[in-house]
Amino acid sequence: MAQVHLENVKKRFGSTQVIHGVSVDIEDGEFIVIVGPSGCGKSTLLRMVGGLESVSEGEVRINNVRVNEKEPMDRDIAMVFQNYALYPHMSVRQNMAYSLKIAKLSKDEIEVKVAEAARMLQLEDYLDRKPKELSGGQRQRVAMGRAIVRKPSVFLFDEPLSNLDAKLRVQMRLEIKELQAKLGITSLYVTHDQVEAMTMADRMIVMNAGFAEQVGTPLDVYEQPQTLFAAQFIGSPSMNILTAQLNGGHATLTNGAVLPVDSALDVAVRVGIRPEHLITDPDGPLHFTVSLAEPLGANTLLHGKLQGSDDAFTANLPGIHRFDAGTETLRFSIDPDNIHLFDAQGGNRLN
Amino acid sequence: MSGVSNVKPLKGDPAPGMVEKKGSSLWLTHVLMLIGIFFVFFPIWLAFVASTVTQEAIVTPPMPLMPGDHFFENYKRALFSGVNIPVTTMLINSLIMALGIAFGKIVISLLSAFAIVYFRFPGKSLFFWIIFITLMLPVEVRIVPTYEVVAGFGMLNSYSGLIFPLIASATATFLFRQFFMTIPDELAEAARVDGARPMRFFIDIVVPMSRTNIAALFVILFIYGWNQYLWPLLITTEPDMNTIVMGIKQMFPSGDDTADWPVIMATSILAMIPPVIVVVSMQKLFISGLVDSEK
Repeated sequence: MAQVHLENVKKRFGSTQVIHGVSVDIEDGEFIVIVGPSGCGKSTLLRMVGGLESVSEGEVRINNVRVNEKEPMDRDIAMVFQNYALYPHMSVRQNMAYSLKIAKLSKDEIEVKVAEAARMLQLEDYLDRKPKELSGGQRQRVAMGRAIVRKPSVFLFDEPLSNLDAKLRVQMRLEIKELQAKLGITSLYVTHDQVEAMTMADRMIVMNAGFAEQVGTPLDVYEQPQTLFAAQFIGSPSMNILTAQLNGGHATLTNGAVLPVDSALDVAVRVGIRPEHLITDPDGPLHFTVSLAEPLGANTLLHGKLQGSDDAFTANLPGIHRFDAGTETLRFSIDPDNIHLFDAQGGNRLN
Repeated sequence: MSGVSNVKPLKGDPAPGMVEKKGSSLWLTHVLMLIGIFFVFFPIWLAFVASTVTQEAIVTPPMPLMPGDHFFENYKRALFSGVNIPVTTMLINSLIMALGIAFGKIVISLLSAFAIVYFRFPGKSLFFWIIFITLMLPVEVRIVPTYEVVAGFGMLNSYSGLIFPLIASATATFLFRQFFMTIPDELAEAARVDGARPMRFFIDIVVPMSRTNIAALFVILFIYGWNQYLWPLLITTEPDMNTIVMGIKQMFPSGDDTADWPVIMATSILAMIPPVIVVVSMQKLFISGLVDSEK
């Protein structure tokens, strides 16, 4: 168990800077999810903590010890890779025992630790199989087992579930989270999947183009996104963003609709409305034309446009609704508390 | 839909992915194959026949086409007395040379490919290209300077003189480099996280993963070493260091003496046996080494 501190960590490949100074303090036993679109530098950040990438500037501390110059093996970390990276010629047992063997533990000790990890991951029946004789989910477990046998201070997960099918992903997501909670080991978890991020994280780091846009609990990020990017990235379907002008407690949209807002500012803004916060209201200010309905059973996603606007707009209504595409018009209103306001230039949150 | 996919192929339909197997084309291919085998095998058969008859039977026409009854006598003479030296000695020399070359080449090329693929060092690509360029220089081209060097070290008529000049292999280095580059980077990273230092990673992960490639190369390199002719001919002047392939040539007398054909032919047959054993016994590994990309 350990605290991890990143202090203004930067990474350059030649003259291209890919991480522009990330600072984060991770508490003992915390589960941190680094989430962002591909190419945002989230894996690079993780690999810098792991020691697989050098740190160009700044400091990485594990348990208050600077580890910038340390080899991965001296950092007391364990890592789970996206493609599992199991040694193909070794049995499951040998794969899990390899790091212990290198650490020169006695045969008995290795046996005990491997057995314990295998029991925790329900791998006991597969110990003598080769990785290629296992299914994706089992390989994933072996990769986890290889990480937990050593009882490291920090777990690093690099998109460990993206090679699994959707159902298994949901199951493994729970298992990883439970295991981490049981072992209480500080974890960093990289994913591009915002559902994984929302469900697993104690806190998440939303990354975009090498910047940490927001660090906070999943619900903080959902309810109070600090930037336009975080607002659009977290939440599914993603937030509707409209251009508007604020004047004394009202936001006037480009199509003329007026929304009441909780702000006394007088500036050009971007208004964010989550599809699930729209309320059908015969007198609502938003006139919406449906072009496509996606019935999901529990709720219905409506895709279309606001009257007088060309931007795509999505609404998420609870229950089942049947609509005729192209003809139906709905009116929505929205609670001022659920309206997010962002600076039109910088994209920072205003309310 | 399912009705269509459940129809069994009619009798006589070609198996999927195979050339049609019926009628005249079946006969034609087999006849062609037999002719081919006949052409390749006939000289070997003649050599075998010649090794089982007497000298007189060989030199009096017509040439015998069926084996005689001097098999044991001729082979015993070849193995234990030979013409210049017993063939047993030559076989052992050849075996030591071929194994030395095969193992040496594999060890050296594994190590150099490992260095080229997994380490960043100044002049890395320069070294790679130097190795690569030596692919274009066969033994014969550099034989005179190599001879000078080996003679200077006093390695004439020795196993080290037979083995060391042939031990570096650009081809094998290149093959291993190509194979190593297909090993996912994450494996090296996982090993690093597990605490394996580079040589440990090499021995525990890289070498076991390359085992089919090593087996395939071993077959090729063993035969390469076994069949060396020019180099042993140059540097072994003493008969007891002769290797078998060049030794056969040394059995032909100079001047007017008659050649001892039954013994020479018995030696030829004996010279073929070890490579055949190596190929046959390692056939499975050999093929999977060339075909598989097991990762």
